[in-house]
Amino acid sequence: MYLSLSDRPTTDVEPRSTGGRVSRTVVILGIVSLLTDISSESVSAILPLYLTAVVGLSPVAYGLIDGLYQGVSSLVRIAAGWLADRTDRPQPVALTGYALSAVARLGLIFAGGFGTISAAISLDRVGKGVRTAPRDAMIAASSDPAHLGRSFGVHRALDTIGATLGPLLAFVILWRIADGYDTVLVVSLGFAVLGVATMVCFVPFRTGAVRRVVPRRTRPRTKVRWRSALTPGLMRVTGVSGVLALLTVGDGFVYLALLETGGFATQWFPVLYVGTNLAYLALAVPMGRFADRAGRAKVLVLGHLPLAAAYLCAATGSGALWTTFAAVLLLGVFYAATDGTLAAVAGQLVPVTVRASGIATAQTAVALARLVAATGFGLLWYAVGPRVAMFAVCAVLLAAIPAGLAVLRRADRSSAAEPAEPVEPRGGRP
Amino acid sequence: MTWRTTAFGGVVVLVTAGMTAYALSAIAENDRRTSTATAATTTTLAQVEKGPRIVFRHTGRDAEYGHVGAVALADPGGPRALTDLSCDRVYAQDRSVSCLRTERGVVSRYRATDLAISPPGQAWREVDETDLPGLPSRTRLSPDGRLVSTTVFVNGDSYLASGFSTRTAVRRVGGASYGDLERFKLVVDGRRVAPVDRNIWGITFADDGRTFYATVATGGRTYLARGDLAERSLTTVADHVECPSLSPDGTRIAFKEADESGTRWTPAVLDLATGRRTVLTGEARSIDDQIEWLDNDTVLYGLARQGEPVSDVWALDTSTTATPRVLVPEASSPAVLR
Repeated sequence: MYLSLSDRPTTDVEPRSTGGRVSRTVVILGIVSLLTDISSESVSAILPLYLTAVVGLSPVAYGLIDGLYQGVSSLVRIAAGWLADRTDRPQPVALTGYALSAVARLGLIFAGGFGTISAAISLDRVGKGVRTAPRDAMIAASSDPAHLGRSFGVHRALDTIGATLGPLLAFVILWRIADGYDTVLVVSLGFAVLGVATMVCFVPFRTGAVRRVVPRRTRPRTKVRWRSALTPGLMRVTGVSGVLALLTVGDGFVYLALLETGGFATQWFPVLYVGTNLAYLALAVPMGRFADRAGRAKVLVLGHLPLAAAYLCAATGSGALWTTFAAVLLLGVFYAATDGTLAAVAGQLVPVTVRASGIATAQTAVALARLVAATGFGLLWYAVGPRVAMFAVCAVLLAAIPAGLAVLRRADRSSAAEPAEPVEPRGGRP
Repeated sequence: MTWRTTAFGGVVVLVTAGMTAYALSAIAENDRRTSTATAATTTTLAQVEKGPRIVFRHTGRDAEYGHVGAVALADPGGPRALTDLSCDRVYAQDRSVSCLRTERGVVSRYRATDLAISPPGQAWREVDETDLPGLPSRTRLSPDGRLVSTTVFVNGDSYLASGFSTRTAVRRVGGASYGDLERFKLVVDGRRVAPVDRNIWGITFADDGRTFYATVATGGRTYLARGDLAERSLTTVADHVECPSLSPDGTRIAFKEADESGTRWTPAVLDLATGRRTVLTGEARSIDDQIEWLDNDTVLYGLARQGEPVSDVWALDTSTTATPRVLVPEASSPAVLR
């Protein structure tokens, strides 16, 4: 049996052609993400205050915890992707990820010292790492291939609504209850549990990659190897987005550069994150639809143009307020054009049997490259100052975009028309 | 209705009921607490300001939680005067008070307020207010009350993905700022350097109006640095020192020393002339505060009670084996006005 993109997929449960509508599973996965993000972002919003004011950690200890918060998840992502493919059951793997985060919330309520708190936060991030790739694989599996970008757009938009509601909820609680940190943690746990329950009850257990055409017992079990996910197409996309990610310096830097050039007062700093989030929220779906029409790989690469423009705003920022607004908006456009699109492209360029591994590979490469970029850009910033550093990265990024387009020229065509290379399940062909 | 829908409905009802019940009881508890007066015996500011005193942040679980209070130095466990001023961190000298606070909101704002201590008994007068770029961490005033330092924790620029970032500034009370201390000339171990990852926090002022001490961290190490406001410079004089505090006679620095994992801190004292360190091993808990001197032989620090948002101010003699004792219950951020 050959598995290819043309005779692809499908879930065991749902009909695959959705006639242009976003599939029910995608919407449910979006709602799961929404609930989970309300949970995690409401805690993120109060965590600095909670840890320093109630638990009494110092800046240094808090800094260590914050580091954990950023770093842990990319480590487990590939392993979870591989496991999802190996078992051909992304749902339970993703569910485990959501459940781990819910348990971590419970732990945080009872945690009292540095050790227990960092354990709880690491567990939460491990959960995030575990669930991301299998979930994206499920989105890909249950979407009409022609509208994949839009499906991811819908999912990311729902996800972002949760990320915006979370801090709001935390604020309302703290406004009503003076030291209501416990209440925020309990409510956060509640939303995490609702997310898990939604997943258990409404996302089919068998939302896998491949329909078992042959009854299971008679068919040799497919051996899934991570290496089979490394198709030339995926390698190209991973390479290109990895290189582009090396030139992605992080929103914090853009905002700081705007601050340095006098675009706004310090206390508005956090509002910029909110603004970027809102722009992302508004544009995720339209940008996904656009990617479906214009070619996803192309949009993935060209999505870095608004990023370059945002750098330009930060570098030239003359103190005018509009440069700040423009930069915030452009960053939102960048995320809308690239975040879901990367998963969509990566998922299309590997055999369906290893889709979660493929998505995880591309996402991990980007996450690691961004980590390197942040450190490197920090050095550059101090060496030559914010303006020159921003100009430099902007220039290199503008040069890299056409190169990336050239490398990925074929990706859109191959995912749209040509069937990908057939994969041979190990253990012999029938 | 399938079993899934039924099960989901059940979970939703249970979880929602649970969250609502918890929130309602927390609201009731909050309202009960804010309507009751403080448990501690109170007195008037006029009474306390007659003599030497300790200014602190009141942490009793009552309506005055977080308000600035004062007790007579002679009777630190006795009646306290509570003000209307609410702060996360507070420090005071004979003439001024520095208050750092968080105005919580969807986007929290952080502010530093400087107040002048008026003639005894009269309300403190606000002289300056500055926006802070992050979460309040430390504040100190120079002995003459003219200089103020603030350390905050910056959320936005933890650009090194892991690690933390502080921003420390020194200002004249009601006047100009010396700016971000990361821009000062930095000399580490005798060499002029400009590391990317430098962080500066926890200032203590000498009484000459220009010398101060601070923690400088770079490359995973922490140093004690002597600063000079006139030269805009910082020069390291010792390592493995955090949150220094100069003794009243100016000869010793009390500080906290991190263990190997960097997550537990022990109080210690450094003799500036001889470089001799005394680790105060009588305190077995992790001390996470900028230490304050009660007198030339005793240090003070705030310490949170396990699992409660209440902290107490503890006193510890500067001999190696002294045992800590509670000096001011339900208090943090102590400042001694002699």
